[in-house]
Amino acid sequence: MKNVDFDWKPLALVPLLALLVLPFIGSSSTWVTLTIAGLAMGMIIFVIASGLTLVFGLMDVLNFGHGVFIALGAFVATSVLGAMADYTASGSLLQNLLAVLPAMVIAMLVAAAIGLAFERFIVRPVYGNHLKQILITMGGMIIGEELIKVIWGPLQIPLPLPEGMRGMVLLGDAAVERYRLLAVIVGVLVFGLLLWTLTRTKLGLLIRAGVQDREMVESLGYRIHVLFVGVFVAGSALAGLGGVMWGMYQQTVVPQMGAQVNVLIFIVLIIGGLGSTTGALIGALLVGLMANYTGFLVPKAALFSNIALMMAILLWRPQGVYALSK
Amino acid sequence: MIARLLSNDFPRNRILAVLLLVVVVTLALTPFVIPGIKALNVAAKVLVFIVLVASFDLLLGYTGIVSFAHTMFFGIGAYGVAIAFTRLGPTWPALAAGVAAALALSFVLALAIGLFSLRVRAIFFSMITLAFAAAFQTLASQLSEITGGEDGLTFKVPSVLSPSHEFSSEPFLGVSLDGRLLTYYLLFVTALVLVLALLRIVNSPFGRVLQAIRENEFRAEAIGYRVVVYRTTSAILSALFATLAGAMLALWLRYNGPDTSLSFEIMLDVLLIVVIGGMGTIYGAVIGSGLFVVAQSYLQDLLRIASEATSGLPWLSALLSPDRWLLWLGLLFVLSVYYFPTGIVGKLRSMRAASKRPPAAGEPRHSPALK
Repeated sequence: MKNVDFDWKPLALVPLLALLVLPFIGSSSTWVTLTIAGLAMGMIIFVIASGLTLVFGLMDVLNFGHGVFIALGAFVATSVLGAMADYTASGSLLQNLLAVLPAMVIAMLVAAAIGLAFERFIVRPVYGNHLKQILITMGGMIIGEELIKVIWGPLQIPLPLPEGMRGMVLLGDAAVERYRLLAVIVGVLVFGLLLWTLTRTKLGLLIRAGVQDREMVESLGYRIHVLFVGVFVAGSALAGLGGVMWGMYQQTVVPQMGAQVNVLIFIVLIIGGLGSTTGALIGALLVGLMANYTGFLVPKAALFSNIALMMAILLWRPQGVYALSK
Repeated sequence: MIARLLSNDFPRNRILAVLLLVVVVTLALTPFVIPGIKALNVAAKVLVFIVLVASFDLLLGYTGIVSFAHTMFFGIGAYGVAIAFTRLGPTWPALAAGVAAALALSFVLALAIGLFSLRVRAIFFSMITLAFAAAFQTLASQLSEITGGEDGLTFKVPSVLSPSHEFSSEPFLGVSLDGRLLTYYLLFVTALVLVLALLRIVNSPFGRVLQAIRENEFRAEAIGYRVVVYRTTSAILSALFATLAGAMLALWLRYNGPDTSLSFEIMLDVLLIVVIGGMGTIYGAVIGSGLFVVAQSYLQDLLRIASEATSGLPWLSALLSPDRWLLWLGLLFVLSVYYFPTGIVGKLRSMRAASKRPPAAGEPRHSPALK
């Protein structure tokens, strides 16, 4: 991953899309609001998709049940935030964060624990077999969704934003929701941490080497299997975190949200190229921007715009913008 | 005669043959043997699902392609009939026009998805179809001018098929001979013809090539088969049969809405049935649909009893609640991918194969290897 031959063209897509719609929107302050909102939404989508791109890129496991961890994270957050109502009701951002941070940590831990069990019982028997993976993880998703209904009930649950995170801040003329700024911070942190781990640490080196040539790494004495389980668990934990953020963004959670989010994640991963972290970021930002622009211009076309975007990208690069050379 | 009808694809296991016979005979005699509206509705649903699942199996079991857009074609069929009857009135030409238009639309869409997805990595296909199905469902509920939106369309069918049309005032064997009965047998015959046609397709040279592609795409291409063409043809055929299944559903329900024919739950049901019944065998669709739809319709009653019996233990009671029946089916699904990847039919056939001679050359493999 030397910067010398870094492919910058996909990176240019994000500003390109933003500039292209500017004339259609007209007002520049509206455009800034929409663009920042879109980028923030993209960051949240990136967090929910990053776990899956990690799992797919490194372990070659196509997890159709990934949405369950997202739903699980969101539901855990409703319980934690509900229990800490004193902190969420106060207007001070610091106290709000004292409630949201534990909610995120607990959601990640729960998702990680379930991810461990999921890997052991659902995924492990079907390594190296895509068709079976698709089927069995789909089955895992059905079970997970039903268990969520057993614990939290089948109905929609509200997940209100803490007091201090509601409302807007003004950047010049453009109004930006506070929560979206927080989402950008979390998203940037996750992206930075992932990229740093994968490219700058020995752990990342081993993971990337294991993807390239599993046997070689094993023969050097590393237990690649343990490493891969760790990757799966980390991917699940990221999904849990993403679930908390997505739940707070939507302000309600439903047990079926896993399946709904799956569609979005898949679009992001297909655009980005399966397994690429940077690709997932670009895909997520594009999807977020597109959703906000079309939501403003032609509200009915939101989902189609994402699919049209995916088609257009695939016509340009059938493997996604950053395909892993495998 | 029977060999020709079944395209030489015999059950090849005595238990399987008996099971199939039981399903077919039960379906044929339901109106006379099992009284009540519910039984007839369940039987009609079995008929629709047999066609739908068998058409999906052409794609999944024989060609090895996982598509999540299959309910889209099912929905097109159902909407085709619904819209035609609503707009053109309850006449036979309207039915023909609706079905024809639905088939044409399915053909174009399947061709487009097929050709487009050939450009991308095979693994993208299932993800793309998932996105397509979601988009189509949104489209159907948004175009309320045409599709009736979330409320769907309730319509009249030709009077001969409507329940109020009596052919004879005297009940025959305790069953009143009305349009409902005629509709049921219309579905029964349609399902029978479509399933036999699918059997014909999978046991033709074309079907063999599909199986070859499933087993080893690279070799099939090397022998000289245009994998691309075969895959697309398979996707189109499968879509057309699913469209007809959708038309059958609409004709029976005299109603169609997004949840009735397009919902993701139906896609899950189809997947469950294919895997439990047995991939790569049209008979699996018949056995699986029979079992599944009956279970779906009556398991909930059973679970209700179990749930009430365990009401002292709230946790167990919640797990056994009739609304959680999908949990148990999901568990069954995972276990069957785990332990019986070839499903009921594959299992039965391999039992016979283990005890008898090895299959002769040219005879199809009894169990598709999952790859």
